[in-house]
Amino acid sequence: MAKKKLEDIAINGDGAVAYAWKQIDPDVCAAYPITPQTIIVEDFSKFVANGEVKTEYVCVESEHSALTLCAASCSAGARTFTATASQGLAYMWEMLPITSAMRVPVVMAVANRAVSGPININNDHGDAMAARDTGWIQMFADNVQSAYDNAIIAPRIAEHPDVQLPIITNLDGFILTHAVERMTPIDTEDVKKFVGEFEPVCPLLDYKHPTSHGMLDGPDFYYAHKHQQVEAMDKALEVSEQVFKEFKKLTGREYHLVDEYRCDDAEYVAIILGSSYGTMQETVDQMREAGIKVGAAMPHIYRPWPEKELARIMKGKKAVAIFDKHVSLGAYGPMYSEVVAAAADLEKMPKMYNFIYGIGGADTSVSILKGAMESIVKGTADKINYAGMKL
Amino acid sequence: MMSTSLKNLNQLPVKLTSGHRLCAGCGEPLLVKQILMGTQRPLVVSLSTGCFEVSTTVYPYTSWNVPLIHTAFGNGAATCAGVEAAYQSLRKQGKIKEEMDFVNFAGDGATYDIGLQALSGAMERGHKMLYVCMNNEAYMNTGIQRSSATGMGADTTTSPAGSVSPGKQEYSKDLTAIMVAHNIPYVAQASPHNWRDTVEKAKKGFNCGGPAFINAITPCPRGWRTSPSMTVDMAQLAVETCVWPLYEVVDGKYALTAESLKIAEGKIEKKPVTDWINAQGRYRHLKEERWAHVVDKMQANIDKRWEKLIRLSKD
Repeated sequence: MAKKKLEDIAINGDGAVAYAWKQIDPDVCAAYPITPQTIIVEDFSKFVANGEVKTEYVCVESEHSALTLCAASCSAGARTFTATASQGLAYMWEMLPITSAMRVPVVMAVANRAVSGPININNDHGDAMAARDTGWIQMFADNVQSAYDNAIIAPRIAEHPDVQLPIITNLDGFILTHAVERMTPIDTEDVKKFVGEFEPVCPLLDYKHPTSHGMLDGPDFYYAHKHQQVEAMDKALEVSEQVFKEFKKLTGREYHLVDEYRCDDAEYVAIILGSSYGTMQETVDQMREAGIKVGAAMPHIYRPWPEKELARIMKGKKAVAIFDKHVSLGAYGPMYSEVVAAAADLEKMPKMYNFIYGIGGADTSVSILKGAMESIVKGTADKINYAGMKL
Repeated sequence: MMSTSLKNLNQLPVKLTSGHRLCAGCGEPLLVKQILMGTQRPLVVSLSTGCFEVSTTVYPYTSWNVPLIHTAFGNGAATCAGVEAAYQSLRKQGKIKEEMDFVNFAGDGATYDIGLQALSGAMERGHKMLYVCMNNEAYMNTGIQRSSATGMGADTTTSPAGSVSPGKQEYSKDLTAIMVAHNIPYVAQASPHNWRDTVEKAKKGFNCGGPAFINAITPCPRGWRTSPSMTVDMAQLAVETCVWPLYEVVDGKYALTAESLKIAEGKIEKKPVTDWINAQGRYRHLKEERWAHVVDKMQANIDKRWEKLIRLSKD
């Protein structure tokens, strides 16, 4: 694959996503502006206004209609993108399982933000976690570069013939959406070659071969169709690994189902999602300097759940800390129970600790994460802990 | 476009096939077949959740030999708009050559109530699509609950007639007027008893070059408590009593059509609302003397709306 080396640029996460979409140039984009996603649709509107993309951009009256339009447009045979956050994603919820059941590879950026109430515009993962069981693939970004890279990788995974599922690319609200970082873009021609042409399955606009989409199922067909989605999700793991390899060949940037940092010889591992993965890497470095063998891991693909990779990383460790930027009220952090399930088949299960943190945008500093990790090393942590809560 | 004669319409390909699972006497398939006779271009049909959708798309069977999409209840207009947006994009790119049409069919619940926002949004944005409301005046699919299209005095499962209530206590929403207020090129009220009028209106809707809306009275024998053999007569009675006037609004200009025009011109007699009430089981309780004032209010409201329509059509 021919590749041109481009100069680094300074850009925020929303801008990076919009930039990636401009390079991909989807057929249709339907979106409603919501903080902190707004810059994506504002930037993209400018590309449309200046004729830089061929996209049919529809300014819908709500997120419910945004995702509806996207599901329908993708069913019709158009490569389709959208973006949302928080209340917007909640408002879309009815259409989330419908879109995945229709097996259309819509790509959606989610600028993660706390869900009301009380109303709060800052970052946590309450929105993504509420969308977790709706049949969408979910990717997380830990910095602006990976937010950009994920936007380019996502359609490749979603549109793969064995997958055909919609995909969410998560990026932390404000921390990634609004903060300017250094980023290495990919040449537009290379992006277009990497992403390729959209090849829809049974598109509605192929009127000479009419098909019915979104039909009524009785119990047996419903069950069987759900199982087909399960199988497609399983395939998405293999496909993601393959696409990551191709992406590395193109850019030199390496992603895995679970990204790891100094886990090999670690005795203690932190599992964390999104922008805090970077903060955790700094925490690991500082603790390593003090002679404590710590590592960090981030599921880059959160759905489908990369259970085997996580089990491999946890094997032989003394303790694992699972950091959740959301709490399933009345239970645990959502990732905690999933990581515990992933560790359940290990010969010797590490001690498992849950840290709820960063709720509604609460501070996530190195000192907070270090305090949490030190408490698992000392064995003073509780099963569920609320890190960084000030009041 | 061929002329609207039965001889010609008979020759058109049938897009909604027989074998669907709608109730005997349902007004919906009559109406849908008439609307689909309004275009001979390739088209995509979109459905909002409702009787019509669940009866014609029972997997692994389909009653459709044209492309068909359904997503949810309150978003038929957005679904149809999504297909149209894909078409606009692919046509501009030269990937589709033919001119195509897009139509959404929805019940009154999906149109007057839960889907009103999506409908308003799609009309405002100017998608080139026809939206058809199959108005049977209640949520029939889930067991005859009131909608905002339900007429005053109707007995439904959520507006039951009881010892202190005469059934639904509010007038129906004038959704057609709300659609006119969107300043779209074509809005009409239709009835399947008059196939010629309906097909003509569908033609105009498909050919108006922008968003079009047709609101059609669509009798439901189950919900109206009428005989399945009386469907066409009930639709006609709705028009003859001026409960459901036939008219169209082309670029903002009102014109009465068919029987409604004849009533306005004094060529046919306007029937009293009691004819409408006496023909249907859902109004059975209104025959009691104690609800006479409700019947009077119904008649007064019909007269008021009818006179307003006559005024508007003379402007």
